[in-house]
Amino acid sequence: MAIFGNLTDRLAETFKNLRGKGKLSPADVDGTVREIRRALLDADVALEVVKEFTGRVRERALGDEVSKALNPAQQVVQIVNDELVAILGGEARRIQFAKVAPTVIMLAGLQGAGKTTLAGKLAKWLAADNHTPLLVAADLQRPNAVTQLQVVGEQAGVPVFAPEPGNGKGDPVRVAKDALKFAKQKQYDVVIVDTAGRLGVDAELMKQASNIRKAIDPDEVLFVIDAMIGQDAVTTARAFQDGVDFTGVVLSKLDGDARGGAALSVASVTGRPILFASTGEGLDDFEPFYPDRMASRILDLGDILTLIETAQKNFDEEESRKVAEKFATDSFTLEDFLGQMQQLKNMGSIKNMLGMLPGAKGMRQQLDNFDESEITRTEAIIQSMTLQERRVPKLLNGSRRVRIARGSGTTVTEVNALVNRFDQAAKMMKTVAKGGMPQMPGMGPIPGAKFGGAKQLPQKKKGSKSGNPAKRAAENAALAAGTPVASAAKGSGFGLGSKPGGPTEEELASLQKFLGR
Amino acid sequence: MAPSWSLSSALKGMFARKTIDDDTWSDLEDALISADFGPDITDSIVDELRASVAKYRTTDPADLQRMLRETLEERLARLDPTLHLSARPAVVLVVGVNGVGKTTTIGKFAKFLTNYGRTVVVGAADTFRAAAVEQLATWAERGGAAIVKPQAQGQDPASVAFQTVELAQREGIEIVLIDTAGRLQTKSGLMDELGKIRRVLEKQVEIAEVLLVLDATTGQNGLAQAEAFIEHAGVTGLVLTKLDGSAKGGFVLAVQEKTGIPIKLVGQGEGINDLTGFTPHVFVQGLVG
Repeated sequence: MAIFGNLTDRLAETFKNLRGKGKLSPADVDGTVREIRRALLDADVALEVVKEFTGRVRERALGDEVSKALNPAQQVVQIVNDELVAILGGEARRIQFAKVAPTVIMLAGLQGAGKTTLAGKLAKWLAADNHTPLLVAADLQRPNAVTQLQVVGEQAGVPVFAPEPGNGKGDPVRVAKDALKFAKQKQYDVVIVDTAGRLGVDAELMKQASNIRKAIDPDEVLFVIDAMIGQDAVTTARAFQDGVDFTGVVLSKLDGDARGGAALSVASVTGRPILFASTGEGLDDFEPFYPDRMASRILDLGDILTLIETAQKNFDEEESRKVAEKFATDSFTLEDFLGQMQQLKNMGSIKNMLGMLPGAKGMRQQLDNFDESEITRTEAIIQSMTLQERRVPKLLNGSRRVRIARGSGTTVTEVNALVNRFDQAAKMMKTVAKGGMPQMPGMGPIPGAKFGGAKQLPQKKKGSKSGNPAKRAAENAALAAGTPVASAAKGSGFGLGSKPGGPTEEELASLQKFLGR
Repeated sequence: MAPSWSLSSALKGMFARKTIDDDTWSDLEDALISADFGPDITDSIVDELRASVAKYRTTDPADLQRMLRETLEERLARLDPTLHLSARPAVVLVVGVNGVGKTTTIGKFAKFLTNYGRTVVVGAADTFRAAAVEQLATWAERGGAAIVKPQAQGQDPASVAFQTVELAQREGIEIVLIDTAGRLQTKSGLMDELGKIRRVLEKQVEIAEVLLVLDATTGQNGLAQAEAFIEHAGVTGLVLTKLDGSAKGGFVLAVQEKTGIPIKLVGQGEGINDLTGFTPHVFVQGLVG
């Protein structure tokens, strides 16, 4: 689920109490700050960072700089958001490349933080960006770390420099030095050095890392930290800062449901920016870290930017335009429906996408219950139809439906439901595409601006004059069905046309055509 | 290097004071939170201690230290940490999220068992991570255990597990340790895969223990991990690794209390002999001092 989701939930709960209040009293602020403190602690943000953070939020919330234009809840959200962005590193920073190649990047971190996997991801990412990276196996400690890096390198399509077999043998400092020479010779422009994982307290290994650093003078030292780490994050980060003095942080395993408080802690304590986030086991599950987006995510302002980027990357614009046209000309078929669905699937998990929407955090429970296989089933049903059937759904008689159900491993009921849904969607889309308003059940038609008050008076006379409400309604229904112009122009505001039937979409649409829209 | 934080050193200053006052309580709260006990357990411990201090009308911080030790010990000792490995073969499934030290733990555990004269075979059912099989092979060799490797890259882990148990039954090997791929508890597909391994094994023998390996540096997310693994893999015991770091492992109490699963083993170093059984008394001694 969404990163930081749980922290977001907690803060949302906190702010609920603040909503609807006119102004902030010191007591309100104290109560809120306590809740924020608790939420942050639950999210594994280090205690000292929490204290500092809540202190600043409190000070600012009570201070004069509070905007009078915002309500209290908005004010606190604003302040917390500002502070979060400030701690997480303000502006996003990217890797600093050396002026003279090769750029040397060294990876350091605790055991099991995900360094070796990350080395592969980083290499692949750089390779896609027209760099020629070289992976260096300087983790000679962990059994078969070298082999792992070789496999990862192969998967990423990046060469690996591994002169030593590892498993405790060989000198990592020499390996790193040799790698630099090798890279210069062979014109690799980025060198990624994977070092042995170490515990924060292991002085010997820390010294080794520091020796490697001295020997190769890297342009970037990336500290890889597990997003799941607890209060220990601060100690670990400090130990590594003193030991190897890293220049940037990479947050790994952000795809779990860890609340990721470590991100806040490390950034806050060391003042080093978080450069990347690693979000899965695949080599492509790797993205630059955006402090402002992450802060918005915490505050449930939604991660719209990421959503848009994902959509842009995967959505075929040309295709969309064609579909819109089809909507408008009433030639939208089940084939197009299938195409749309497949495009949607390309964008990745629908759950993930929904999770990025503002306010979606509150629906997490429903999101978790959302069954993505429903789409697969729908796909199967459509694929079990003949081309003719997909284009002209009207052909689908009983026996055809039975055949389709059997072919797709579903039931006739499901096929029926799909056809119905398609009909409704097509109708609604058509209306929207033509600039009309889709009809909401129970609301009656929404009159367009063109049918202003001028036309309303004569309308009224056309309505039934019967004193019996039921009869009047029936007569009006008949009237509506017979004369689309009249019915569409008749606003539900009269109390006459407010019955749930109303004119059908087709009528509305043809009316619009008629009016030259 | 930054001095490593430890609960005992944080408490030392506190207990050296003359009387128990408001500062003591807030310091105690901070110390417990810093040790990853989590806000809930911290509140409950502090409340309990406040009550005892009021009951015995003591003002001596030394009493408080003793009470804290007793409270923690009592809470940790509520569950039975004995490993049940009497079945033959005794099948132990080792599960956990990525990077907690499952493979290492298996190596140490194999050594631990061979030291007691047991014959051990390990099954490399982590067919996912690059070079995991080789890593396990190295550990198995060090631990003096036989190993069953997958015949092909990406083979179904359940089939590797099956073959391992088959081998044990055929050759009369006493204990079977199955290594599984690390998986985040949020990946439901992978969690289902664990369920499958379990079902396949249960057709052959009864599974003796399912051990969940937890990294002692993990924060409150350890709870979510434990809950998910209990649901999908039927965890019977916890293994705590990386206790030798500057980690404080306070969250273990939170996990144990909330899930009702006992800690059975603790790993305290990188050496092959650094895995021991769990004794609440020793653990608390190390934690509180």
